[in-house]
Amino acid sequence: MYHVTAQTARATPQLDTVPKLLLRNAAEHADRPAMRHKDLGIWQTWTWARLSDEVRAFAVGLRKLGLERGDTVAIIGDNRPRLYATFAAVQSLGGVAVPVYQDSVADEMAFVLEHAEVMFAVVQDQEQVDKVVSVSDRLTKLRKVIYDEPHGLAGYDPANLHSFESVQQLGREEQRANTGADGWWLDEIAKGKGSDVSVMLYTSGTTGRPKGVMLTHDNIVLSAQNGNEFDHFTPEDTLLAYLPMAWVGDHIFSYGQAFAGAMCVACPESPETIVEDRREIGPTYFFAPPRVFENLLTQIMVRMEDAGWLKKRMFHYFLGVAQRCGEALLNGKPVGAMDRVRYALGDLLVYAPLRNRMGFSRTRVAYTAGEAIGPELFRFYRSLGINLKQLYGQTEASVYITLQPDGEVYPDTVGRPGPDVEIRIADSGEVLFRSPGVFLKYYKNDEATQSTKTPDGWVHTGDAGFFDQRGHLKIIDRAKDVGRLNSGALFSPKYLENRLKFYPEVREAVAFGQGRDYVTMMVNIDLTSVGNWAERNNVSYASYQELAAHRQVYDMVAKRVDELNKALAEEAQMAASQIARFLVLHKELDADDGELTRTLKVRRSTIAERYAPLIQALYDGSKQCHVATEMTFEDGRKATVEGDVRIVDMQIHPSRAAEPLREAAE
Amino acid sequence: MKADVEPRDSVAERAAKGGGEVLLSVDNVSLAFGGVRALRDVSFDIRKGEVRAIIGPNGAGKTSMLNVINGFYHPQQGVITFKGKRRHDMRPYIAASQGIARTFQNVALFKGMSTLDNIMTGRTLKMRRGLLAHMLHWGPAQREEIKHREVVERIIDFLEIAHIRKVPVGKLPYGLQKRVELGRALAMDPELLLLDEPMAGMNLEEKQDMSRFILTVKDTFNTTIALIEHDMSVVMDLSDRVVVLNYGAKIADGSPAEVQTNQAVIEAYLGVSH
Repeated sequence: MYHVTAQTARATPQLDTVPKLLLRNAAEHADRPAMRHKDLGIWQTWTWARLSDEVRAFAVGLRKLGLERGDTVAIIGDNRPRLYATFAAVQSLGGVAVPVYQDSVADEMAFVLEHAEVMFAVVQDQEQVDKVVSVSDRLTKLRKVIYDEPHGLAGYDPANLHSFESVQQLGREEQRANTGADGWWLDEIAKGKGSDVSVMLYTSGTTGRPKGVMLTHDNIVLSAQNGNEFDHFTPEDTLLAYLPMAWVGDHIFSYGQAFAGAMCVACPESPETIVEDRREIGPTYFFAPPRVFENLLTQIMVRMEDAGWLKKRMFHYFLGVAQRCGEALLNGKPVGAMDRVRYALGDLLVYAPLRNRMGFSRTRVAYTAGEAIGPELFRFYRSLGINLKQLYGQTEASVYITLQPDGEVYPDTVGRPGPDVEIRIADSGEVLFRSPGVFLKYYKNDEATQSTKTPDGWVHTGDAGFFDQRGHLKIIDRAKDVGRLNSGALFSPKYLENRLKFYPEVREAVAFGQGRDYVTMMVNIDLTSVGNWAERNNVSYASYQELAAHRQVYDMVAKRVDELNKALAEEAQMAASQIARFLVLHKELDADDGELTRTLKVRRSTIAERYAPLIQALYDGSKQCHVATEMTFEDGRKATVEGDVRIVDMQIHPSRAAEPLREAAE
Repeated sequence: MKADVEPRDSVAERAAKGGGEVLLSVDNVSLAFGGVRALRDVSFDIRKGEVRAIIGPNGAGKTSMLNVINGFYHPQQGVITFKGKRRHDMRPYIAASQGIARTFQNVALFKGMSTLDNIMTGRTLKMRRGLLAHMLHWGPAQREEIKHREVVERIIDFLEIAHIRKVPVGKLPYGLQKRVELGRALAMDPELLLLDEPMAGMNLEEKQDMSRFILTVKDTFNTTIALIEHDMSVVMDLSDRVVVLNYGAKIADGSPAEVQTNQAVIEAYLGVSH
């Protein structure tokens, strides 16, 4: 029915574009599942042969509507097989796909669509049609809007609005009427080269307008192949596509890697049903940002609170066993026989059902990236036998810069350079890389291209980092936020603050050290966690201020700071950043007082100004400091908090990273 | 949220398109409970394919009117004509089988049953196999269930409630319960859909969603809708024609714009003494 063998024979043997990979898969894995989508409550499957057929019909239809080589096509919507097929259809004709974040407002969308000069927009549903139509007077090049789901679109003007089916229908009629159409499509694919631009991904720049990162087929195909080899993916592997298609991660995982490895991609029914859908599909490869893992854990813990006592005890006992030996087992390290038995029993009773509940029953590889993940959280998943790893990537790199190899997984690094990736640390501490995934350029923005990419292909990441003695990269901060101590050692406030904030007692921390002799820290305790401790230990307190100043609380924080100092002493570049003095702040940092941003990030300048006497006391050796701070209540009233704040001196540990014996001992 | 991109047809255009055929007419209906006269000599009609709003202050007789239409109350006087047939002693289940579905002011779902099962109950009248066959869940009964399940799944998809498919309705927030109730009414493939305050107690976003669903039901399934609503902006946006009741009597009838400027209506809402 699909004449796939004939097709491949005509395609060039070199698999340097994604559409060529599609033809290969349609030939070699014709009956294997390529895409699944839950529709009307039932998982529907497209095989590779079917996918190739759908892509061809749509591509020929697009051609009939006037799509030319080099034209750009916007793709907007949740992850849907038809939208992934659109990527392949557009690229098969030599067009460039421009996925747009589906939750962007019409105005943001207008900028991207106009900047990318899109000719067609292929969108998911009425919501996206409405957005595009509402700004269509600003889109000079846009000719047609094509939608996947027809709900609510019955009364719309059909002149420039087509359903996905009707475009495919157009293509199929052409295929029937003109026997040369199929061959023409194959010729178009054969004309594609690895150096052609395949996709433009707009980065949501924190400052200024988004930039269109142009990636070539080579970028996508080589990065995908490297990723697949690194984690040994086979056509047996399945993944769940639920992150935005406009994000480079989804484009590489669910499109590049899936096509390169002939893996199966499952699309959830709706964004609200992801957890249930994941449980049903049981992906073998899963990616999620840390907050997804955090929410999952919270949900489990909350539900366990409602469980019966037997289940609760069993849960906590075996979680303890897992914490003790789970990670070692996963890393293939030696574990005592009794612990092995206990872990096996725990797996039967707790871990396996838990993994099933979370949809990780079949997960071989899971990645997290994007921000620092708490070590406790990271270890929790690993101790359950889920191979959760970290990677570090960027749109400009087609994702992969570093990854953690199996057996070398640490919560505080982002791993080793990926296959074919070179990494260099600049004198400023900034990480630079060069790889097959390095982007071509920013679309219509040579200035930005020149400041990011050197003529010999190195890319500035904008992140500061260093390699530890294991050869793993650690990212510490945005490069522009990294400073120096007077000794010349690197000083990254965010790195230190995040490390301390991973402790449950610490809610917020602010580090000082830029242009100073040593590092000091202001700490906010976490009222929920410390308050809970106080209740259990009969420590009575009337206010945050009173609890914060309590001697035992100070001791507790001092213990954590000391733990951090010990850890820092083992890191060559960070040993000088050990915290010499700290204090527990008498009031909670608050967005209402301007001390935090509304997204709860620390505003350093405001804090330096408001707490100038405290900072001075941290550096003049005094043991105590009297402060009065104005604070704003939620209803807008203001009051002054006054009190004495104690300052604690900490022991500085000798840098152990320098000891040559250390590496041998590991 | 969803922007209304295309201007909707005006009443005149709609009438010109053949929306003029009367689906249901109410003629001189009066209803009394003992000495309380809930409806006094009310007459109006509902045309095919329109959204007909019934508004009025509290206690004006709006819900009584719906109850008369779907046969729950029997008026002492007057006639109701549905699809050209004059009705005498109507019962709710007969009304339902003839194609009148409704939702209730206070959600009336089976709290312990899932969203899916609740909407499935809307298909009960369409089931042909007997109780025993369905209990055995065999052969024709199973095929029948699959067919109905597909209809229900389309409704779930349309109302965007896939994520609560298996959740007991009692656990759902109010706005979603309202949506499930609409789903159950839609499952009956109604010709006339009676909605009793579909937006009551909803926040702005939920109201916008519900408005979108109502308009889409009208456009896609060509269902005629009679709607009781208090939110005037919703009424003005959604409805083609409005009938206004006050103390059981009709005081105005016409397009939203006409009704809005009608002196009697303004007085009824502002509470001018009679």
